[in-house]
Amino acid sequence: MACINVDGTLVASARTLLVNLVEPRSAEEASARTGLPLYRVRASLREFLQAGLVVEANGTYLLTDVGRKRLAGQG
Amino acid sequence: MEHAVEQKAVPGLPRLGTPAPPFQAETTHGPIRLEDFKGSWLILFSHPADFTPVCTTEFLAFAEIAPELKQRNVELMGLSIDSTYSHIAWLRNIEQNFKKKIPFPIIADLNKEVAGLYGMIMPGESRTETSRCVFIIDPNGIVRAMIYYPLTTGRNMDEILRLIDALQTTDKHGVATPANWRPGDKVIVPPPKTAEAAEERVKAGYECVDWYFCKREEPK
Repeated sequence: MACINVDGTLVASARTLLVNLVEPRSAEEASARTGLPLYRVRASLREFLQAGLVVEANGTYLLTDVGRKRLAGQG
Repeated sequence: MEHAVEQKAVPGLPRLGTPAPPFQAETTHGPIRLEDFKGSWLILFSHPADFTPVCTTEFLAFAEIAPELKQRNVELMGLSIDSTYSHIAWLRNIEQNFKKKIPFPIIADLNKEVAGLYGMIMPGESRTETSRCVFIIDPNGIVRAMIYYPLTTGRNMDEILRLIDALQTTDKHGVATPANWRPGDKVIVPPPKTAEAAEERVKAGYECVDWYFCKREEPK
């Protein structure tokens, strides 16, 4: 896992990206807001989806409760 | 006596103008799929091995042109048959010794899956290392250019930048580019394909040596 460490904590770029998904955003919008390359945002979103940290609807991604807890260091 | 030219297609090997073979690979930036680069140009390149001098000079050179490539909407991704741990150690070593951060991902192609898909291993040179291959893939995932260098010879970043500029100019303006073309130089107007068009071409106001050889200023 590139975004989530083995102890469950998030790497810095993952935190930056997740913080920007408190509102639904497309990968392109998230890339523009965070300054992360689009390929990296897409790869991270795939990982977030698998871990249940975000949900996807109509091409936009939104932080879940699991994602909020993980961001707060509780998950 | 005519000799029949038989060309057998090798399945899976990329060809110019065809879709780049898709893959998912472990990289220094985590698992990445080729499709993640959709919408950007991608320079996918292989190097023989980590912790080797020519490859180190190349990585420094690729890192040097990375900002210029970024301005052109081009991403970089390296590949070799080394582990992610080896890649990470080498990148940290480069940063320590040369004060340069490598900003792009490197595929750890231990099972040679991607190298095999792209024909990066030249058994005549080495069966255990990838040669210095460069694949330029456009935003639609089409292979637009390929460059192969031997193990002994580091690549020329000026040529890679020039090639990107030429391909993007061609796409934007529907022109071709002559030998040694550089941005700002005159471009080639594609030759007419009919006699009627050839007749019209010489009167069209281009700088023509003959009907098939016309240049124009690079469109702004």
